[in-house]
Amino acid sequence: MAVMDWKSLWKWPAALLLWVAVYAYLGPFAGWLTYGALAMRRGSRLASAVEFFAFETPKVLLLLLLVVFGVGIVRSFFTPERTRRILAGRRESAGNVLAALLGTVTPFCSCSAVPLFIGFVTAGVPLGVTFSFLVSAPMVNEVAVVLLLGLFGWKVAAIYTGTGVAIAVASGWTIGRLRLEGHVEDWVFRTHAADAELPDERLAWPDRVAAGRQAVRDIVGKVWPYVVAGIAVGAAIHGYVPENFMASLMGKSAWWSVPAAVALGIPMYSNAAGIIPIVQALLDKGAALGTVLAFMMAVIGLSLPETVILRKVLKPTLIAAFIGVVGTGILAVGYLFNVLF
Amino acid sequence: MKKLQILGTGCAKCEMLAKHTEEAAQALGLAYELTKVTDIAQITSFGVISTPALVVDGKVKVTGKVISAEAIKTLLSEC
Repeated sequence: MAVMDWKSLWKWPAALLLWVAVYAYLGPFAGWLTYGALAMRRGSRLASAVEFFAFETPKVLLLLLLVVFGVGIVRSFFTPERTRRILAGRRESAGNVLAALLGTVTPFCSCSAVPLFIGFVTAGVPLGVTFSFLVSAPMVNEVAVVLLLGLFGWKVAAIYTGTGVAIAVASGWTIGRLRLEGHVEDWVFRTHAADAELPDERLAWPDRVAAGRQAVRDIVGKVWPYVVAGIAVGAAIHGYVPENFMASLMGKSAWWSVPAAVALGIPMYSNAAGIIPIVQALLDKGAALGTVLAFMMAVIGLSLPETVILRKVLKPTLIAAFIGVVGTGILAVGYLFNVLF
Repeated sequence: MKKLQILGTGCAKCEMLAKHTEEAAQALGLAYELTKVTDIAQITSFGVISTPALVVDGKVKVTGKVISAEAIKTLLSEC
C-alpha cells in the first residue's frame, strides 16, 4: 500500500530546510509588506493590525503544517484499538495516567466517541480510566498546541498541555471513585465487543510519511479558514481595542471571571483554530492568563455536541458528573494561574 | 461475490470511504455487494472502535480512516 517509495524520501530534508528559511524571513516580510509595499504610517492602528496579521497568519500556518505532519506520523503508531489493548485490565491511578497520555497521541474523532467508549468499557478498561482518555483526547490536540505555541509561546503551550493531562488524570480518577458504573446505559454491557483480528498495522516508513501527508491534507485543509479568520479578528483587536480594556472584565481582580469564562466556554463549540487567536489578543489587552486558559479549556475540552453524542451511552447523572468534575478541574487551573502569574 | 461492508454511524467520513470503495470495486470489475453497517452494537462486534471501517468478506481491513480508491484497489486485489 506504499503510496511513495523509499527513493523519494530525500525530498523531506530539503522541504524542511525550505520551511526553516521561509519561517526565518516572516518578520522582515511582514514589515516590508506593511511599511514598504503598502506604505503605511508607522504606529498607526491600521498598520499595527496589518503587520500583526501579515506576520502571524503565515507563521501559524507554517507551524501547523510542520506539527500536523509530525503528529500524523506519530499517530500512525497508535490506533484506538491498540490503545484499548494497552489499557485493558489496567489498575486505576497508573491506568489514569497512561490513558491521559495515550489520549494525546491516539487519533480521536468525537464522531466515533460512542463505539470507542463501548469498546473500552466492554474490554475491561475501568470507567474512570476510559474517562481520562475521553477528557485528554479532545483537549490536548495538535491544533490547539500549535496555535498556543505560535501565538503565546512555548511556556503557555507547555502549561496548557501539562494541566490538560493533569485534569484528565484527576477527573478520570475522581469519576472512578464516585462508583458511577451503574449510570452507564445498561445495553452497553450487553454489547459484545470482540477483540477481533485487526489488520496488521506494521507500516513501513514511506506509509507513515504518507499518513503524515494525509493528516496535513485533512486537518490543515479543514482548519485554515478558521485560523485566518481568527487571526484577522485578533489583529483588529490588537490594533483598535484600547490597552487594559479587558482588565476589568477578564482581569485578575475580577474573581468571578474564571467561573464566568468556564460557564461561557462549555456550550461554545468553536474549534481551537478560531478561538485561540482571539483569546490571545484579549490577553494582550489585560485579560488574566488563568482566566484565558480556563476559557480555552472549557471551549475545547468540554463540548456540547460531544456530551450529546455520549448521552447515548451515559445516563444523565454520569453526564452531569463528567461535566461537573472536568469543569471543576478547569476552574482550579484558572484560579491557580491567576494566583501564580 | 465480494462482500464489502462500511462500518460507521453515518458521518461524512463514512460516506467518503463508501464512495471510494465503490469506485475501487467498479474499477476492478468485481462482482460485489456493498452494505453500510450503522448499528453501534454491530460495529463493535467486529472489534472496531474507530470508524469508519472497511470490512471485506467478514475481515476488518481498514479502521479509523478514509483511504483512497487507489489504495482500496490494491487491498481488494490482494485478497
